[in-house]
Amino acid sequence: MTNLTILIIVPLLTAIAVLFCKNTAQIKWTSFIGSLIQLVIATTMFFAYIAERASGNTAQMLFQQRYSWYKALNIEYFIGVDGISMVMIMLTACVVVAGILISWRVETLSKEFFFLLLLLSVGAYGFFISLDLFTMFFFLEVAVIPKFLLIAIWGSGKKEYSAMKLALMLMGGSVFVLIGLLATYFATDTGGGAHTWDLLQIAHAHISLQTQMYIFPFLFVGFGVFTALFPFHTWVPDGHSSAPTAASMFLAGISMKLGGYGALRVAVYLMPEAAQQYSWVIVLLATIAIIYGSFATLMQKDLKYMNAYSSVSHCGFILLGIGMLTKTAIIGAVMQMVSHGVMTALFFGAIGMIYERTHTRQLSELGGLLKVLPFIGTVYVITGLCSLGLPGLSGFVAEMTVFVGSWQRNDMFHRVATILAAASIVVTAVYILRAAGKAVMGPIVNEHFEHLKDATWNEKFASVLLILAILAIGIAPFWLYNLIAPDAQLIMENIARSVTGI
Amino acid sequence: MSTDIFLFMKSELSLTLIIFILLILKVWDGIKDNSTYLHIANFLLLLNFAVGFIYTNEGVLFNGMFHTTTLLVFEKSILNLGTLLISLQAFDWLKTHKHVPEFYILLLTTLMGMFFMISSGNFLMFYLGLELASIPLAALANFDLEKLKSSEAAVKMILLSAFSSCIMLFGISLLYGSTGTLSFAELPALIAAGHLQLLALIFIFVGFAFKLSSVPFHLWTADVYEGSPVAITSYLSVISKAAIVFVFISVLGPLFLNLPGTWYNILFLSIILTITVGNLFAIRQDNIKRFLAFSSIAQAGYILLGLSAGNQMGTTATIYFLLVYVFSNLGAFGVIGLVSYYADKENISDYKGFYKTNPMLGWILAIALFSLAGVPPTAGFFGKMFLVTAGASRGNYILVIIAALNMIVSLYYYLRVVKAMFVDPNESPIPKITGSVTARLGLIICMIGVVVIGFASCIYNYIHSLTGLTP
Repeated sequence: MTNLTILIIVPLLTAIAVLFCKNTAQIKWTSFIGSLIQLVIATTMFFAYIAERASGNTAQMLFQQRYSWYKALNIEYFIGVDGISMVMIMLTACVVVAGILISWRVETLSKEFFFLLLLLSVGAYGFFISLDLFTMFFFLEVAVIPKFLLIAIWGSGKKEYSAMKLALMLMGGSVFVLIGLLATYFATDTGGGAHTWDLLQIAHAHISLQTQMYIFPFLFVGFGVFTALFPFHTWVPDGHSSAPTAASMFLAGISMKLGGYGALRVAVYLMPEAAQQYSWVIVLLATIAIIYGSFATLMQKDLKYMNAYSSVSHCGFILLGIGMLTKTAIIGAVMQMVSHGVMTALFFGAIGMIYERTHTRQLSELGGLLKVLPFIGTVYVITGLCSLGLPGLSGFVAEMTVFVGSWQRNDMFHRVATILAAASIVVTAVYILRAAGKAVMGPIVNEHFEHLKDATWNEKFASVLLILAILAIGIAPFWLYNLIAPDAQLIMENIARSVTGI
Repeated sequence: MSTDIFLFMKSELSLTLIIFILLILKVWDGIKDNSTYLHIANFLLLLNFAVGFIYTNEGVLFNGMFHTTTLLVFEKSILNLGTLLISLQAFDWLKTHKHVPEFYILLLTTLMGMFFMISSGNFLMFYLGLELASIPLAALANFDLEKLKSSEAAVKMILLSAFSSCIMLFGISLLYGSTGTLSFAELPALIAAGHLQLLALIFIFVGFAFKLSSVPFHLWTADVYEGSPVAITSYLSVISKAAIVFVFISVLGPLFLNLPGTWYNILFLSIILTITVGNLFAIRQDNIKRFLAFSSIAQAGYILLGLSAGNQMGTTATIYFLLVYVFSNLGAFGVIGLVSYYADKENISDYKGFYKTNPMLGWILAIALFSLAGVPPTAGFFGKMFLVTAGASRGNYILVIIAALNMIVSLYYYLRVVKAMFVDPNESPIPKITGSVTARLGLIICMIGVVVIGFASCIYNYIHSLTGLTP
């Protein structure tokens, strides 16, 4: 079970199987079982990875596979995982299962819906295991069509505008990445005028500082668009709030993480010197995103918009961690990716469940849900607490690690940025507690609410799965920390080597 | 010599044979039924396509007038395949048409002209091929006999192609005047940076640009595409264009090797204008044929981008892209042709709600458009990626950035059509269309091509090995 290609093949086969299903029940069960198998496989691989590391294998990437693809251009199908990609794969597997379960009641065009969801997940898995930049870019782009169609067809509100905005902005991000990757490709030299897309090889190629300074902004901004880098975050609120529940979960839980992962793995890892030079810009933009995001959330009246804006703020922590360029901060950034992925997926899931029953997402029209929907209400409160960073849940662990890492940069600028970012948690607490207090607690504002039915088995399954993940990170963060630490160390070494010039 | 002529000219001879067979079938008058005639024609075209894969030889005929290589035969096979697909997809339209034999004879004559053009070793032969390829096309553009627009398209086309031929001829004569030869083998060495030759270069390029419909010589494209029958529109946008590009690769590139700077600057301007103008105009179109006309102008810009690399990578990427383009563009035109024939609707707004009534055709059109937009997992992604990569190999990132940013614009207008089909509500959508088996076969082949070619890297590697052989 260490053949990584299975991770792409299983969802792909599931998607194809969905096309041959006869009715909605078959479609749902096929996709559910397929994604469950995928979760089992991912978990097996996860433990195989840990066992391999424990047995003393210190290779940077495990389970590598390498086949020549486009020989003339040196494009390879080259895959492998390290700790960072392994946790991202686990995250994806969990969110996909939860997303499919939450969409149990999709009746219109359900075949297309589940097919597109699964195709979206293929893109994510492929992206996380790729070590060849071309293949990576291929998988990054695979998700464009599913995202557009999911929002445009099954969305709500101004869905067409949002779908188009999201597709075009993400395409814009991809285009930036593309330009950066092309420049990287032609900056490498493997002898005889040949170039390479091999990520590991490029990391050790000495690209001159001047070239790096040109390439880095393209790569970082490109990936940054995916992860709501200020000022390219505007697709996030519209896209997330118009998307159907599962698509919001996938978008916020997985898709935004592609950007963070790419920014770390491609931009910072391959362009270490430029990353040092531009560090202050990243920190500045990340801090703006954090503060702006949290204040913007305060002003929202729609639950989905609230969560979308708070995603901007939370993804700011990812970028802040990456921008700080200390080992702890980078570990924190990865932890935040996982934590935010799980937490926000659950959040959108809970909002989706509420909306499905009450048919409103306006905070002012909700109230007393805990009395009629005890399970959903509890889920909402738990994820809210996770979002505001309550100790014992994943949000606290991740954000704390980012702050500790950031504090290690001991000059004025970075200190101020860290303090501002940390202070935003207070604002987070305000909007989370207010929303939870208004919508979940308090009196029942609408008599129709009294007849609402609580979560069904599928929704409970999905919620419990994600809550378990939150608790696993929150209560025992060290397994996650230890998993990521060696890889963060390698990234740091690449930065250090470029500084000392060795 | 005696057998050489058969082996070297196998593509041309097999086409001639088919034309004669079809002509005799018409004169014999034994076939009363259009469908039988069409099936025979399709079968012959299939054989013709197969001929491209047997006994491929390389060599020169008629004192260097005609030459053939494995690469050229491969290029001709691409054109053969495209023609076959168009013929399959046009089945429904032709079934009720009164002049089927004429259609095929004219069509195959133009194809033969393109073959001679591609294989030419001399400007004379090239010009002959060019005229043979363009004059019957105007007649074909007029093939919707009752429609006034079709005649308008034909007249526009014949006038403008005559005009562009004139310009090109003038360029050729200048070249002849300054060097004293018309042979492609001798010309490159004789060309230096003289003013006369520079002028010749510009004139010849303009002639090509007309045929390729690159900006600012693109204005005929939209009207002609809109007026012509869909089968001819697709032939114009795929086969004619591909043929011109193939000639571009084997003739113009090597010809002006000694003027790399000027050559590159002309291309540079032309690429930026073609991509940008094509894309911006495509946004505003409502007629789907006009829309595809402008999008194909933008695609021509990307093709030029690949050619501007001026190296093997560029040549390979261009030929590969054209192969992908055949499948994706014909996939789109195939659906449009069926809709145009059965529902007589050609506007993007008519396609609203199309997916509800015709899910299969909706997906085919959507996938074809995604491939044109260059979104994975379709082959169009690979095609466009490789073109841009080739463009970047010159290190001119201004060009690459403009081309790449234009991909966002193009995604917008392709998505607009997809949105109309999948999302927009419509009271009276296009009714369910059941095309003939032949037409559906044509569409299915296109879809297989669009999905498979991208992953089958062997095709790219094969083209790469071929382009490595020719200097």
